[in-house]
Amino acid sequence: MTVSPAGSSVPRIEGPLKVSGIATYTSDFNFPGLLYAVPVCATIGSGTIAGLDTSVAGSMPGVQAVYHRANIGRIYRSAPDEGLGTHLDERRPPFEDDVIRYYGQYVAAAVADTYEQAIAAANAVKVTYDAKEPDVRDQLEPEGQPNLDGERGDPDAAFDSAPVKIDQTYSTPVETHNPIELHASVAVWDGQDFTLYETTQGVVNHRDVAAEMLGVPKERVRVISRFLGSGFGGKLFPWPHSFIAAAAARDLNRPVKLVVSRDMMFQNVGHRPRTQQRIRLGAGSDGKLVALMHDSLNHTSILDDYQENCSEATPYSYSTPNFRATSGLARRNVGTPTSMRGPGAVPGLYALESAMDELAIALGIDPVELRLRNEPNKDEGLDLPFSSRHLVECLAVGAKRFGWSGRDPRVGSMRKNGLILGWGVAGCSWIAERFAAQVAVDLRDDGSARVATATQDIGTGTYTVLANVVSEKTGIPANKIEVVLGDTNLPPGPISGGSMVTASVIPAVSQAIESAQQRILMAAIETEGTPFYGLEADALAFSGGIVHRKNEGPERGMAFEKILAKAKARSTSGLGKAEATFGSEDRKFSQHSFGAQFAEVTWQPEIARLRVSRVVTVIDAGRIINPKPARNQIEGSVVMGVGMALLEATEYDARFGAPINNNLADYMVATNADAPQIEVTFLDYPDRVLNDMGARGVGEIGLAGIAAAITAAVYHATGVRVRNLPVRLEELLA
Amino acid sequence: MEMFAFSEAAGVEDAIRAGAESGTAQQGARVRFVAGGTTLLDLMKLDVERPLAVVDINGLPLDTVTKLTDGRLKIGALVRNSDLAYHPDVRSNYAVLSQALLSGASAQLRNMATTGGNLLQRTRCMYFRNRALPCNKREPGSGCSAIEGENRSLAILGTSAHCIATNPSDMNVALTALGAVIQIEGTAGKREVPIEAFFFEPGDTPERENVLDPGDLVTSVTLPPPPQNCSQVYLKLRDRASYEFALASAAIVASVDNGTFSYIRVALGGVASKPWRSLEAEEQLYDQPVDEASFRRAADAALAGARPQSRNGFKIELAKRCIVHALGVATAS
Ligand SMILES: Cc1cc2nc3c(=O)[nH]c(=O)nc-3n(C[C@H](O)[C@H](O)[C@H](O)COP(=O)(O)OP(=O)(O)OC[C@H]3O[C@@H](n4cnc5c(N)ncnc54)[C@H](O)[C@@H]3O)c2cc1C
Ligand code: SF4
Repeated sequence: MTVSPAGSSVPRIEGPLKVSGIATYTSDFNFPGLLYAVPVCATIGSGTIAGLDTSVAGSMPGVQAVYHRANIGRIYRSAPDEGLGTHLDERRPPFEDDVIRYYGQYVAAAVADTYEQAIAAANAVKVTYDAKEPDVRDQLEPEGQPNLDGERGDPDAAFDSAPVKIDQTYSTPVETHNPIELHASVAVWDGQDFTLYETTQGVVNHRDVAAEMLGVPKERVRVISRFLGSGFGGKLFPWPHSFIAAAAARDLNRPVKLVVSRDMMFQNVGHRPRTQQRIRLGAGSDGKLVALMHDSLNHTSILDDYQENCSEATPYSYSTPNFRATSGLARRNVGTPTSMRGPGAVPGLYALESAMDELAIALGIDPVELRLRNEPNKDEGLDLPFSSRHLVECLAVGAKRFGWSGRDPRVGSMRKNGLILGWGVAGCSWIAERFAAQVAVDLRDDGSARVATATQDIGTGTYTVLANVVSEKTGIPANKIEVVLGDTNLPPGPISGGSMVTASVIPAVSQAIESAQQRILMAAIETEGTPFYGLEADALAFSGGIVHRKNEGPERGMAFEKILAKAKARSTSGLGKAEATFGSEDRKFSQHSFGAQFAEVTWQPEIARLRVSRVVTVIDAGRIINPKPARNQIEGSVVMGVGMALLEATEYDARFGAPINNNLADYMVATNADAPQIEVTFLDYPDRVLNDMGARGVGEIGLAGIAAAITAAVYHATGVRVRNLPVRLEELLA
Repeated sequence: MEMFAFSEAAGVEDAIRAGAESGTAQQGARVRFVAGGTTLLDLMKLDVERPLAVVDINGLPLDTVTKLTDGRLKIGALVRNSDLAYHPDVRSNYAVLSQALLSGASAQLRNMATTGGNLLQRTRCMYFRNRALPCNKREPGSGCSAIEGENRSLAILGTSAHCIATNPSDMNVALTALGAVIQIEGTAGKREVPIEAFFFEPGDTPERENVLDPGDLVTSVTLPPPPQNCSQVYLKLRDRASYEFALASAAIVASVDNGTFSYIRVALGGVASKPWRSLEAEEQLYDQPVDEASFRRAADAALAGARPQSRNGFKIELAKRCIVHALGVATAS
C-alpha cells in the first residue's frame, strides 16, 4: 500500500474487524464473575411510588441484589456545567426520590448471575404507585415568557406591511434515535478504580460526569468505548443506567453488565423533542424578504431544560433587514430529550425551508430562484463575513444534476411511468466549529506510526480519517498507521458530536507530528552514523518520511526509521493541542457548511402509495478528507430523512404516558426498500479558517434539508401541504 | 421472561399429549408449541405469553408440500414461509399465496416462520404487547386500551366493544381467498376446519381467537385444486415499502367469461379481526361486467359494515381503493 493522502477514498481500516465480528462493542466485554443488571421501569407516567416490595425478587435463584432508593447508596448530582464541559442531559441521579415523572423511569434494578435470572427477578419486584394523570399532550404552549434569541430591525411592522406573507406553524414529532446497538454499560470496580465500558460518543465527558456522580476523583475512573454501533447523538451524554451499573459493581465488588433494552431506549436514553414552530415570512413582490420571524417551542422533561434551539440556522440563512427568533419550553411527563443528529437545525430548517417553499408558491417564483434572490453576503445575525459559503453554487449544481429546469410547477402535472411525480428543493446548513483536542503521534523505528486521542469512532469513520490525515502529513502508508481511540487513558479528545471531530483533531495532529518529527531531526544531528551528524536541525527537512538537507532532495536523505534505529530509539512521541472555536466569543467569521437537497417523490393516488424515488444532494463542507465515509454520511442522512419526513414518530398514549410504539416494527424507520436513488456531490472548497487542511465535518448536514425537500415534493405531487411530520398517507387520501 | 420447561416432541402424539396438559390453547396457555418461534418468543420476552412448558415441534415430519391425487395441495404445518412462497406449484397455481407470503415480514423472518405459526400469529395491537396496560385479549375483563388510544393500525370490520385488534397475517388472507382447509389432530382424533370457520370474531371473549383446544396440533393446511382460468392478485398497502404489516390488503381470485365475472373470491387483510372474506363484495361482482363501476360497488359493499375508530377511519377509503385496484390488476388483459 502506498501513501493514502487525504482526499483519496480509503476503505475503513476497522472494516475487517467489524465484518468478522472481532470488534468489541461495549456489551461484548465479559469478565470473570460478571453479573447482569436489569432495571425495573415505572408503569405510570406521573405520580409517586407507594410501595416497593423486593422480597420475592430478592430470594429468587441467582439474585445477588435488588437496588432501589433505599439501598443504592449515594449517587451525587453533577453540578451544572458551562458549555459542554461536564455534561449530562438527565441530571437526576437514578432512584433519587420516589417521584415518577415519566413512564419507564427506573425505580429499581435486579442484579443476578445470569441475564435471564435478572429479568425474572426484575419482573418479580412489586411496585405500587399513587398515580396522577400524566401530561404528554402534543400541542405545546410556552411555560412563561419565551426567550428572545435574536432580533434586528422591526419585524412586526415590516411583516404587517409586507405585500406577500406566509404565517404557518410546523411541527415535528418526538423522534427516537434507535441506533442498532443498544445502550450498555459494563462496570468493573477493583476496590479502588472504576473501569467503565460504555456506549458513549464522549469518553472524556463520561468519565468526568461519572467521577462526580460516583464521588471519586477523575483519576479513579477510566472510560472505554472502542466501537459504537452508532449513536446519532443519543450516546453523547451519560444516562442513569450507567450509574446503576457502576454503583452495583462497587457495592457487590463484581463486574456488572447492564444492557438497555429496545423498549427502554424509547424512555430512558433521550429523544429529539417534539417541536412546534411558527414561521412568518414577509416579502416584496420581487421575492426579497422584508421580515422573518421564527417562534419555536419544544417539549422538555419535568426536571431538565433541554433546548432544541430550532432557530440555530435561521439568522444567517437569508438576507432580511427585519428579523426575530424566540424559543420556549413546554414541560411534559417524558424522559429528558437530548441531541439527535443535527439538533436545532434539522427541525428548524424543516420549518424555515418549508415556509420558503410556500412563499415561492405564493409569489409564483421558482423556489431555487427565490433562494438566490435572498442570498446574504454576510451573516446578518452575527454581522460577520462567512468563512466560506457556496450555497448558490450548491443550488446551481444540484438543479443541473437533478434536471430542475424540466420542472412544471403545476400540482400533479408531472408524470413518469404512470406515476405522478413531485419535486421539491431545500437548502441545508450546519455549524463548522472545533472542540478542544489533544493528540499524541508516535513515529516508530519500524517505519510505522501510532496516533492516539480520547475521542471515539461512532461508526462514522474516525479511525480511517485519522489514518488518512497522518498518512498525508508523514508520508507513511495508512496500513502502517495504528489509530487508538475510545479510552480516557489517552490524551483528551473531543466528543463525537456536532460533526466536529475531524475538524477538531486536525490541528492537534499536525502539531503532534511536527513535534515528533522535530525530535527525529534532533536525533539525526546528535547521532553518529547518520549523514546529518553535527549539522543544525534547521538545515534539515522532513519529506514523505525522509529526513534530508533542505538544500538537497529527499533522494539523498535517510528514512526516519533508520535514524531512529541508529539513535537506538524505539520511537519519538509528539503531543499536539488545539483550542476550541465552539462557543468562542471572539470570532472573525461565521463558520458553517451549506448544501442543497432536491427530492423527487412518486405518488399513486389509486393506492395511496407515496415513495421517495430520487434525492440529489450537493454539499459545501470544506475539503473532504476521505470521500468514501463522507458520502456514506450523506447517504445515511438522506435515508434517515426519508424516515423523518414520512415515517418516524414516537407515539405517547395520552392516558398512560407510555411511548406505545416502542419497538422497531411499530416505530418505523426507512428500510432499504424505502431508500431512494441517492446522488451526492461535494464542492470541495477548503475552509482554512477552521484548520490547515480546510476540512469540516459532514455527519449531520445531510439531514437538515431533506424533510423540507420531501414535503415540498409531496405538495407538488398531491396539492397537500403537510406541516405536521411525518406525512401520513391518510392526509393524502382526500 | 419467566422460567419454563423445554422439551422436543418425539412425535405428533407426544406433542398432543404434552399440549393437552394446558388448561387452554388460547391466551394464557400453560403449554405452547414452538415452531419458528418468531411470534411466540417475542411475546414470551414481553411476558404476554407465559407458558410453563414449551414444546418444540420442529422435529415432527410436517414439513413437506404434497400434491394429493384429487388435485389438492397439502402443506405441512412446518413448511417455512419462504419455502412455501417459492414452491413451484404454489408459484404457478396459487400465486396469490406466494405473493402474500413474500409481502410479509422480512426474508430472515420468512426463513424461520412456518405455515402453522403464521396461521396462529397474534395481533400487533401495541396494548396487547405491553403487560402494564389494560387489554381484554391479554387479561380478560381489564378493558380495551386501544378503543380510546392508539388504534391507527387496528380493525374496522368484525370488531366488538371489547376488542378491535387486527389479525395481521398476510398469508391468512390469501388462504381465505383460496378456500383453504385446516387439518387438526388432537386428543379426540383428527378433524378438518375450513379457514372461514377456524377464526372467531372477538365478541365478548377476545382472548379466544380460534377453534383450537388444549393438545390440538395443526398438522397441515390443504388448498382445493387450483382454480381454473383464474387470475390471482395480492395487493398490500402500507406506509413503508417493506417490513410492515398491512394497513389494508386484498386477495383476489377471479375468472372472467365474456366480460363478466364467472368466479370471484375477495378476502381482506389489515382491516378486520380475522382474515376477512367479503361475501358482500363477491355478490356485487358475480355475473357483473368487468368495469370500474362494478369494482366500486363491490368495494362499497365490502366496507358497508365498517366501524371506524378515532384514528383509523382512513382505512375505509384505503381498503376500498385497495379492492378496486386489485380487481383492476386481476382483470387487466
Ligand atoms: C418484526 C415482524 C414483522 C412481521 N411482519 C409480518 C407481515 O408483514 N406479515 C405477516 O403476515 N406476518 C408478519 N410477521 C409475523 C410472522 O409472519 C409470524 O411471526 C410467523 O409467521 C409465525 O410463525 P412461527 O413459525 O415463527 O410461529 P411460532 O412463533 O413458532 O408460533 C406462533 C404460535 O402458533 C403456535 N403454533 C405454531 N405451530 C403450531 C402448530 N403446528 N399447531 C398448533 N399451534 C402451533 C405456537 O404455539 C404459537 O402460539 C412479522 C413478525 C415480526 C416479528
Ligand atoms: S384491541 Fe384487543 S388486543 Fe388491543 S387492547 Fe383492545 S382488547 Fe387488547
